[in-house]
Amino acid sequence: MFKLVKRLTSFVAMFAVLFTFTTETMAAKKSKTLKNTQKKGFVRCGVSQGLPGFSNADAAGNWTGVDVDVCRAVAAAVLGDSSKVKFTPLSAKERFTALTSNEIDILSRNTTWTLSRDADIGLTFVGVNFYDGQGFMVRKNSGISSVNDFKAGVSACTNLGTTTELNMRDFFNSKGIKYEPVTFEKADEVVAAYDAGRCDTYTTDKSGLAAQRIKLSNPDDHMVLPETISKEPLGPVVRQGDSVWEDIVRWSLNTMIEAEEYGVTSANADMMKTSDNPAVKRLVGAEGELGAALGLDNEWSLRIIKQVGNYGESYKRNIADTGILPDRGPNELWTKGGILYVPPAR
Amino acid sequence: MNFKKILPQLLTLVVVILVFGFFSYNAQVNMENRGITFGYGFLTQESSFDVQFSLIEYDGSHSYFRAYLVGLLNTILVSVIGIIFATIIGVVVGIARLSSNYLIERTAAIYVEFFRNIPLLLQIFFWYFAALRALPLPEKAEPMFGVFFLTIKGFFIPAFIWNNLDIFIYSVIAAIIAIFFVRAYAKKKQENQGTQTPVLLISIGLLIILPLLSFLLGGVDASIEIPVIEQLSKTSFTYKGGLKLPPELISLALALSLYTATFIAECVRAGVQGVSKGQKEAAASIGLTPNQVLKLVVMPQALRIIIPPTTNQYLNLTKNSSLAAAIAYPDLVLVFAGTALMQTGRAIEIVSITMLTYLTLSITISIFMNWYNKKIAIKEK
Repeated sequence: MFKLVKRLTSFVAMFAVLFTFTTETMAAKKSKTLKNTQKKGFVRCGVSQGLPGFSNADAAGNWTGVDVDVCRAVAAAVLGDSSKVKFTPLSAKERFTALTSNEIDILSRNTTWTLSRDADIGLTFVGVNFYDGQGFMVRKNSGISSVNDFKAGVSACTNLGTTTELNMRDFFNSKGIKYEPVTFEKADEVVAAYDAGRCDTYTTDKSGLAAQRIKLSNPDDHMVLPETISKEPLGPVVRQGDSVWEDIVRWSLNTMIEAEEYGVTSANADMMKTSDNPAVKRLVGAEGELGAALGLDNEWSLRIIKQVGNYGESYKRNIADTGILPDRGPNELWTKGGILYVPPAR
Repeated sequence: MNFKKILPQLLTLVVVILVFGFFSYNAQVNMENRGITFGYGFLTQESSFDVQFSLIEYDGSHSYFRAYLVGLLNTILVSVIGIIFATIIGVVVGIARLSSNYLIERTAAIYVEFFRNIPLLLQIFFWYFAALRALPLPEKAEPMFGVFFLTIKGFFIPAFIWNNLDIFIYSVIAAIIAIFFVRAYAKKKQENQGTQTPVLLISIGLLIILPLLSFLLGGVDASIEIPVIEQLSKTSFTYKGGLKLPPELISLALALSLYTATFIAECVRAGVQGVSKGQKEAAASIGLTPNQVLKLVVMPQALRIIIPPTTNQYLNLTKNSSLAAAIAYPDLVLVFAGTALMQTGRAIEIVSITMLTYLTLSITISIFMNWYNKKIAIKEK
């Protein structure tokens, strides 16, 4: 019965494909997500429930942050307008289900790239937009200056359903310390509980610690320990099975990073069209046919740079100037001693 | 004739099966398209996350199934505590609402109206964060009776260290069985000879003497371990030894029982008011004492009215305990449908197990309460 239905549907679909072949490019044809996005007129983007620097909404409901900028870049590339994004705030627990069940099309929510997430649950990580690592925050007057000062019985507050929970166990186990994990669903409750003294330490990604510290009643009474206990490459995620959409998101991010590498900014992007460097010309769409390969026009990357800016601008605007992490650390270009290195757009 | 009767039901069944089939087929296709595999094999894998509070021995080297048990037991624990306290508070407040003392009656009424009209989640947050703000840090806690310490990091109480605990438990079970026999004997004696036996006194005696014998003859031995303060760093302290009840458990149990008690109080009030005045007057007129009137005439009739709606409240409390995730109490939802779901990504499997578990819990409570309801129902002769 089902086979018959399937055969019939594929037959009809084949005709439909042949019929509409001339009106749409191959890539757009192949990508259901791209087609739906163009039809809806906005990019559906899953973000955090409020992490300053990464994805945070102000009182007027305007989202800002480096994670937000990835979605804005995709909107600029696909729809021509970086403001055409619908943001859905998600808890750590909800995020993957929201993506796999088609509620959102991009998950850009400080999410760690791991093997099991990439391979096992229907997700694809497209790249890394922030290299992070897990750290610990403690009260300054506690006299703890290193993770080696923790003693058995220490209670640690953190978010539920994160890699943090697993790293924390690995770390304390390796030190042979018995600890008490106190896990909350929302970051705000973690901060409140730590602030009240329920926990001796608050552990999460270091960027998160730096951002959440601002929310404490006396931020200056707290400090982040120097050690980093894990690798946390954070990046945008898409559903498995739509390789065109995957490529669009990946290259939107790569464009921002490569633009910084070649010194193309939102201010000078238009002028760069007449650059002597062919790589720069390709980047702003003045040479080559790179857009067509993604099912987009040739100005897609130019719009990203003009409307959102390059990675450095985004970092400066969201993370450095807000005082969260003024030092770029590993998130500096490979040419300047960092590890940001993206494949060439050509 | 028969066929006509069956046809609508048959059609309904077919529709139900088709709807279920449609959804499960869709789910299957969607999961296949996204490369998601389905299976319960993950339950035996190492969970690799820890839980702050557990009734059974557990750490990350145990399986996801054991993590499930940890969550389930914690859910049952907070539900049982909640049900016990909600019942006690509910009965007291319900009776207080019938008091002829204006102050008591009003206080009870205000309590009921206040607590049942504020969303439970807010109350849970209130008790948790209010408790966190109001409780002292471990080093500043004033000991209660020298051995109890109520602090922001939890309620530290002395623990018993047992030798031959099993023999002690057997002696308690033996005492309970003996009490049943005594009660049956007393009932028979009253029916046959009309004389009363002091059942309560004998029961208490049995409950004390048998366990005591286990200490004297059975080699049972218990010592008490008192929590001792321990320094973790310059400014942070905790207690070592003894038993620790996390503040999450205390505030959740408190919020659940205070909230549910208001509804039980109303059930109790309705039940007692539902017994007609004539019954009490008739009972008094044949010479029963006020206590006997309450115990033999009013309560048995009131209970018939009280039990069914109270069953609902018990079910509600158990289901409401799933709000625990908001304040870090490691219940079934937080441990299994939260962390385990996140770490494995097996949403359909885990949510289905969790739903089935709550269903089973609710049905169990319901069956027990229905049995009790039947037991106290009027037996027509």
